Amino acid sequence: MSIPGTTHETGRDRRAAGERPAVVALRAVTRRFGAVAAVDRLSLDVAPGEILALLGPSGSGKTTLLRLVAGFERPDDGEVWIAGRRVAGGGDWVPPEARGVGMVFQDYALFPHLTVAENVEFGLHCVLVAERGPRTAEVLDLVGMRGLAARYPHELSGGEQQRVALARALAPRPFAVLLDEPFSNLDADLRRQVREEVRGILTSAGISAVFVTHDQEEALMLGDRVAVINAGRLEQVGTPEEIFHAPRTRFVAGFFGRADFLPARVTARGLETEAGLVAQRVTPLASGDGHVELLVRPDDVTIIAAPDGAGTVLDRLFAGSEIIYRVALPSGRVLHSRQPHTVELPRGARVAVRVAPGHPLACFHNGAALEVEAAEPSSPRERGEATA
Amino acid sequence: MRAPVARPVAVGRGRTVPVPAFLTVPSLLVCAAVLLPVVYLVVRAAGADEGVLELLLRGRTARVLLNTLLLAAAVTATSMAVAVPLAWLTARTDLPGARLWSVLAALPLVVPSYIGGFMVVTVFGPVGALQRALEPLTGLARLPDIHGFAGAWLTLTLFAYPYVLLSVRAGFRGMDPSLEEASRSLGEGEWTTFRRVTLPLLQPWIQAGALLVALYVLSDFGAVAIMRFESFTTAIYLQYQTALNRSYAAVLSLVLVALAAVVLVLGEQRGRPRFHRLGAGAKRPARVVALGRWRPVAVLFCAGVAALGVAMPVGVLAYWLAIGVQHGDALTRVLAPTARSVTASALGAGLTLLMALPIAVLSVRHGGALARFTLRVMYVSYALPGLVIALALVFFAARYAPAVYQTLGLLVFAYAVHFLPQAAGPLRSALQQVSPSQEEAARTLGRTAPDVLWTITLPLVRSGIVAAAALVFLTIMKELPATLLLSPTGFDTLATTIWTDANDGRFGRTGPPALVLLAVSSASMWLLLGQEGRRA
Repeated sequence: MSIPGTTHETGRDRRAAGERPAVVALRAVTRRFGAVAAVDRLSLDVAPGEILALLGPSGSGKTTLLRLVAGFERPDDGEVWIAGRRVAGGGDWVPPEARGVGMVFQDYALFPHLTVAENVEFGLHCVLVAERGPRTAEVLDLVGMRGLAARYPHELSGGEQQRVALARALAPRPFAVLLDEPFSNLDADLRRQVREEVRGILTSAGISAVFVTHDQEEALMLGDRVAVINAGRLEQVGTPEEIFHAPRTRFVAGFFGRADFLPARVTARGLETEAGLVAQRVTPLASGDGHVELLVRPDDVTIIAAPDGAGTVLDRLFAGSEIIYRVALPSGRVLHSRQPHTVELPRGARVAVRVAPGHPLACFHNGAALEVEAAEPSSPRERGEATA
Repeated sequence: MRAPVARPVAVGRGRTVPVPAFLTVPSLLVCAAVLLPVVYLVVRAAGADEGVLELLLRGRTARVLLNTLLLAAAVTATSMAVAVPLAWLTARTDLPGARLWSVLAALPLVVPSYIGGFMVVTVFGPVGALQRALEPLTGLARLPDIHGFAGAWLTLTLFAYPYVLLSVRAGFRGMDPSLEEASRSLGEGEWTTFRRVTLPLLQPWIQAGALLVALYVLSDFGAVAIMRFESFTTAIYLQYQTALNRSYAAVLSLVLVALAAVVLVLGEQRGRPRFHRLGAGAKRPARVVALGRWRPVAVLFCAGVAALGVAMPVGVLAYWLAIGVQHGDALTRVLAPTARSVTASALGAGLTLLMALPIAVLSVRHGGALARFTLRVMYVSYALPGLVIALALVFFAARYAPAVYQTLGLLVFAYAVHFLPQAAGPLRSALQQVSPSQEEAARTLGRTAPDVLWTITLPLVRSGIVAAAALVFLTIMKELPATLLLSPTGFDTLATTIWTDANDGRFGRTGPPALVLLAVSSASMWLLLGQEGRRA
């Protein structure tokens, strides 16, 4: 099991205490629906106390992955381990109720005929009767819902339902909780608030959690680690910083933020692009003619009004404090450029386009990332002259 | 908060979580019970002395087949001809009293066909009420005999057309008015829009209603028996009663089942409403069509239908009651048959629910071959007329289980097999409304599958269970042919009392039980319509 680096702020250090066995482990798990492999030979570990975000576009198989762990789907191949016990694969099958895994459903799935307290107590049937009440009170305290224990689910707001669902999942002290798109039923404002609350609750409960999301911002903010899934395969798993700054595949790079890919040719001086020279070095290519693709984000692209500039402003997207310009290069390729709202360029204006990142740009060949490092520009001016 | 989205159930997926035995075993038993009548009829027909083929090719079979097909086609056609204009008038025009007419137009559905048949004979018979009313004017001593095709056609149309009406009205309700507006904005006139947009959109709903009418006619016994019209059900009953040739009765039954199956398959393939409202715009009421100078004609049309379908039954019932009271007929005579009807119906509804529950859960919640199989079996049971089920069980019990022959148990079992789809329908829709994630949540909280069924699923579908039970209970109260064939000696229910009395011409005695049955029938219709309203 790989434990990522420990260079993060407090709260994320919990998982870093050495090589502890994984709470949830998937070993080359495959799940097919007909001819389609929803999950394709995927391996993944969840460390004790870790919050792992499963991120991917809809239909990428992330929810199926969660259901394989919970026991609602059976793997066609591979193994699922929970707390050191094989629960699926190799002839073993442990039904969901015996896995010791809590789940928070996308629609919360609160039992409408039971009160909040009864919902939470539902999972405590194996606990001594005398201990049920205190444990219920304890988890309701944890989520700040003790005052509403006698309410029925329909009397709660979306955020409150969310917290009850979490309390219910936590009550039987599972090895891990699984959260399926936990915030997708909340509106934008509430989502931000509940997100922070949930992270706080999970952290104070000290429990391993896996949550599924298609929202990259959510994954980066909530996850100790992020696993990016595409077409049933694991594209990359790592800390949010690693995923964001060092995407290992073109897919991962493209998934975060507005990303443009700019074709480039590897030369001795750096990378030659349509928008000038980008002074950075890449590891030599094993094959091909030196053609690569650069990941260019809007804040890596500057534009300056210039009557003889090669770029043309296609459109401007006003976003309050900033403006995103869509700029066409001579080849017709479109880049996005983030500009302060003070820069006002009309549609059709000619601009000089410059890729000026200030950090090495991720670079891909055939969809896979290449090692990059900043090259010392031969002269300070050369970098500045990387204009189109 | 958005409405919770129900996850599509894992139907038809490969290796899902195994189906628990507490569902599979009862489901298999129920499937066997449903298939028993058909399978036994096949066995019986195959074991005939004459070959099945000779039996099938008798001239009589062809005549019965032709009669039945003609009747089904005629009733379905006239039902559509009456119901579609009625639906349009009450749903889309400025017809005066549209609300009243729409209630009145649906009411005839509550009259069981055997009661309806007597009423038609009472009024239109050779020396019926109409003849007596006309005699002073015309001097006619007899009207042309209503018995036969004409009577069966009239009766069945009168009391079955509301199936089409209700379906088409649901179609009008669900239709997006902007589709018609789009057509108008594209330059089509009012009539062209109706022909090219409205009618094609309604077509699945018309077909769905027509399918119900056709199945109703095929399986009807009461009306055709009273009208002495030789259709499959009467021919089968005759063969059974006279015990002339039981194999021939089995063969006829099988042909009838096959016919119903063909109608069902054809209707389902082409008639399932396929047109869904697209888009998310707020729904507006449709434009009201001004009838203008056609208003009197429209009102006359509605009044005519209501006179035949509502005023006539009410009037005849009042007349019978009056005659009964005049003859000093004790109204208390109705108590014993009512008690028997209630007993049999309660037991039948209980068993039906018990049988429907496992297959409803299995078919809604689990994928795989068995779930698909149970759905098919339920589908088959739609095509089984009550008379055929009863006949098969009579044959079967007489030969293999004489101990249960003519017991209440066998009657209740027949009810359960017959009305299984009726109970399974509401149960299935109730189950479909419970998000499977609630059951999955219970599993992750450490509960086993049977435990989850008991603590989560059943409490959540309680209203569906109650609705299904009530519906089956009331439907059994009205049931005639199976009760006639299978009830223990001396076990006269409301339905059989009415049938015997009316067959013997003692119409006056049928008043009180008919009144009770109409009340029961109205209650069941109210339940059924309430459910449709919820689903719409």
